[in-house]
Amino acid sequence: MSSVRIPPVLRDSTDGQRTVSASGATVAQILEDLFDRYPALRARVTEDGELSQFVNVYVNDRDVRYRDGLDTEVGPDDTVILLPAMAGGVR
Amino acid sequence: MTDQTIIPTAPQPIREVSVDDALRLAADGYRIIDVREPLEWNGGHIPGATLIPLGDVVERIEAAIPDRSTPLLVHCAAGARSGRAVARIQALGYTNAVSMRGTTGEWRRLGGAWEAPEPLLTPEQQRRYSRQLLIPEIGQKGQRRLLDAKVLIIGAGGLGSPAALYLAASGIGTIGLVDDDVVDESNLQRQVLHTADRVGVPKTESARMTLNALNPQTTIVEHRERLSGDNVERLIARYDVIIDGTDNFDTRYVLNDAAVKLRKPVVHGSIYRWDGQVTSFVPFAGPCYRCMYPTQPPEELAPSCAVAGVLGVLPGIVGLLQADEVFKLLLGVGETLAGRLLMFDAMTTTFDEVKVWRDPECPACGEHSPYLEAAAPAAQATVAAR
Repeated sequence: MSSVRIPPVLRDSTDGQRTVSASGATVAQILEDLFDRYPALRARVTEDGELSQFVNVYVNDRDVRYRDGLDTEVGPDDTVILLPAMAGGVR
Repeated sequence: MTDQTIIPTAPQPIREVSVDDALRLAADGYRIIDVREPLEWNGGHIPGATLIPLGDVVERIEAAIPDRSTPLLVHCAAGARSGRAVARIQALGYTNAVSMRGTTGEWRRLGGAWEAPEPLLTPEQQRRYSRQLLIPEIGQKGQRRLLDAKVLIIGAGGLGSPAALYLAASGIGTIGLVDDDVVDESNLQRQVLHTADRVGVPKTESARMTLNALNPQTTIVEHRERLSGDNVERLIARYDVIIDGTDNFDTRYVLNDAAVKLRKPVVHGSIYRWDGQVTSFVPFAGPCYRCMYPTQPPEELAPSCAVAGVLGVLPGIVGLLQADEVFKLLLGVGETLAGRLLMFDAMTTTFDEVKVWRDPECPACGEHSPYLEAAAPAAQATVAAR
């Protein structure tokens, strides 16, 4: 099982969990496994079956856009990080 | 004459000249030997003079002036040390050395040539920044750089507060603050520039009061306006580094594009409840904000602190990480966060980072960037590109 970091703005879709485990050998499989359990995530992370342009996905520290996108391989010890743009500063 | 130098007889009287005469001798081609200490020399000296401190004269004069008949004009600060120096070098056989009896101040008043390096630091600055001056990567030159630097902080709020406090304390010469808001009671939980008795006061004014109380030498420039496409270039043009502590996507994209155009490094910070992110965007040397997120997300993806809440200490930590980036960018030392996004989780006290690549297709800084030709070469002069 790989672990997936859930960013704060998406945690309302994962019952508040910060890290969840997911199984799969590619980013696509990992995400499908997540969406099965947390259906609300799908619309936040993907758009028409593609990764949303507002959410970056990293395997360990590498952006999958610069690897094989949804087909990027994920090993059992890898960490997948979902990272939407975060606007917040504080005025 | 040479006989006298071989036979150790009574010391020969030394020849002293007035400053007036010294000026004429210098014009006649006398070699000038400055026998003061290096520290005095560094404060200013006669151009073309050779520095040989009095204590080293006997050992070093031969290597510097092999010909013992060379006409030498020896000077110090007032004429005492140069007299002794002339006595010592006469004893070595130099036949044509004179001592200038008079001060270097007189020399300058009478029109003598003088070369003074830019004064690096005043005695007061030496004392104030002494702990920083001890750091090899900073020292006098680095401190001078900080004193000459201009840093713009967008938002005198949660991130801007700690950053501005430490930047002012450490001697950044000019700090600009962009904010059109007034201090609200709910700000005081984290915006440590402001105080309870300043609720209702413009944030830039409150910030200036705090920062100038901490360091009266720092120039605080108040920009009491909201950053927008209309004013962004005017606001950032005169600054060396920008700290982005804004709270919305509109401003972040407007700032990013202008900063890429004008080649201004932007130190980015964002926070949400217990989570913070920091990175540096150095135009054309590293990725920009659009390389990470090419288009602006809908606002519902970015709830503000007013909606989502934030732990007070979080902007403190993230704002100081931003200040750390500013020092490295200004001094050209260390490794900045350019190309790395640092993520801090205050709930578990962990730092993580991911790599951020320059996107060749980036609409702002990619291969088809509209800003490739618009470079202002002076813009990055004080910032070491990485």
